[in-house]
Amino acid sequence: MLAFELTFWWSTLLKTVVVLSIIPAAAVVLGYVFLLKMMAHMQSRLGPMEPGGYHGWFQLIGDGIKFIQKEDIIPAEADRRVFAIAPVVVLVSTFLLYIVLPAGPDLVVQDLDVGIFYALAVSSLSVIGILMAGWASANKYSLLGSLRAAGQLIAYELPLVLAVVGVVIQAGTMSLQGIVHAQADGEIFGIGIIGNPYILTQALGFVIFVAASQAELSQTPFDMPVAESELVAGYMTEYSGFRFLFFFMAEFGTAFALSAIAATLYLGGWSVPFIEGDLANVVGPIALGAKIMLVAFLIFWMRFTFPRFREDQLQAFAWKILIPLSLANIVATGVLKVAF
Amino acid sequence: MPKIPGQGLVKGLGVTFKTMLKPAVTVQYPKEREEPTPRARGVIALKEENCTACMLCARECPDWCIYIEGHKEKRPPRREGGKPRTVNALDRFDIDYALCMYCGICVEVCPFDALFWSPEFEYSEVRIADLLHDKEKLGEWMEGVPEPQALEAGAVKKK
Repeated sequence: MLAFELTFWWSTLLKTVVVLSIIPAAAVVLGYVFLLKMMAHMQSRLGPMEPGGYHGWFQLIGDGIKFIQKEDIIPAEADRRVFAIAPVVVLVSTFLLYIVLPAGPDLVVQDLDVGIFYALAVSSLSVIGILMAGWASANKYSLLGSLRAAGQLIAYELPLVLAVVGVVIQAGTMSLQGIVHAQADGEIFGIGIIGNPYILTQALGFVIFVAASQAELSQTPFDMPVAESELVAGYMTEYSGFRFLFFFMAEFGTAFALSAIAATLYLGGWSVPFIEGDLANVVGPIALGAKIMLVAFLIFWMRFTFPRFREDQLQAFAWKILIPLSLANIVATGVLKVAF
Repeated sequence: MPKIPGQGLVKGLGVTFKTMLKPAVTVQYPKEREEPTPRARGVIALKEENCTACMLCARECPDWCIYIEGHKEKRPPRREGGKPRTVNALDRFDIDYALCMYCGICVEVCPFDALFWSPEFEYSEVRIADLLHDKEKLGEWMEGVPEPQALEAGAVKKK
């Protein structure tokens, strides 16, 4: 427990500020470390080197400032109100994800009993925002892109949820805190020193979850909805200025949140062996951050390596490979859960 | 080795990972400078004494970026009692690097070895008109021109 008590509205304010500030921060960190720097080095480039003096760390912040200064352009034929709200809807679904993510024994905005169910539910809200953006833009590229995005996000929502079911069966709870505790206290083959991070027993689920979350982020190789060479930028074609910035932040904020969920479900979340009590509240966020970066590295590594799927390959991969695999994973997990 | 599904995917991940750990090939240009190879095609140099103002380069230039002006001069005859020789003297030889597309046809067609490639490349200008290099400037570029390759063994050198 915390050593001091906050009144309800103070703690609410604090939580709101933390969640509001974590999304731009996460977007900047992931964007800088992976999108700018890691991709550059994977292509034998240096990436930005000048802004900010040291290895171009200021680049994305400068880009953000630039986006805010830009004129807010709305196409003449666009459905103005829907066009304006769409990026906000996408960003809100990202914000809502952060509510259930635990960063320590007491560091969670609200530990819901249906935590992981809630997280997956709000993450699919972004489909609505994307459809709104595509439809309201009055642009054929946007419309095609948003419909592709909707088809893809719905298709990959299934393996995402089904992969999580394995973890839920094994942990016996849907609360993310509960899942973290189940991993920290668990033991594998009678050895309980490092607990039982579910990546050991749910390795298949982890692979499916990472692949599906990559598709949820519509990143390469699943970037058919925003394929710039044929759809310009899909549903983002008509957006500029801070509304585009919203989409950008939502993409990287969601990448961070999904990495955090993967880290929580499969890598033990904030828990570190032998660290308990108040100390865990300090070490927890750091441990979680390190695990998030590890998962994000995997996601972005695949993003920068593989070329784009064709639309039919993309759907076939979800329906013919990931979903049967995740169903098999659930059956196996269920049988083993009952057997042991 | 039998083919495992997904083998290529793992191989691709390995390639990007290895590349990430290697140092980047790009350099921070104004701060660090890579030496171009000696025969890099950076700028065209003019060896003025070889030029006979024959205009071949100017005529072959696809961009018409070479400007040549010359006049005829009488020179004393080679032999005693002969007729005075007429030679072409070069007044103006300009290459407009704002137009030049670095095709190198002028260097190829020059029958008197007056044009050469030099590896220098740092001659950008603020004003586009300053990219017109006159024959003095083009002569300065001769400094960076490497020696022609040695003749093969047994080759006969033309007089």
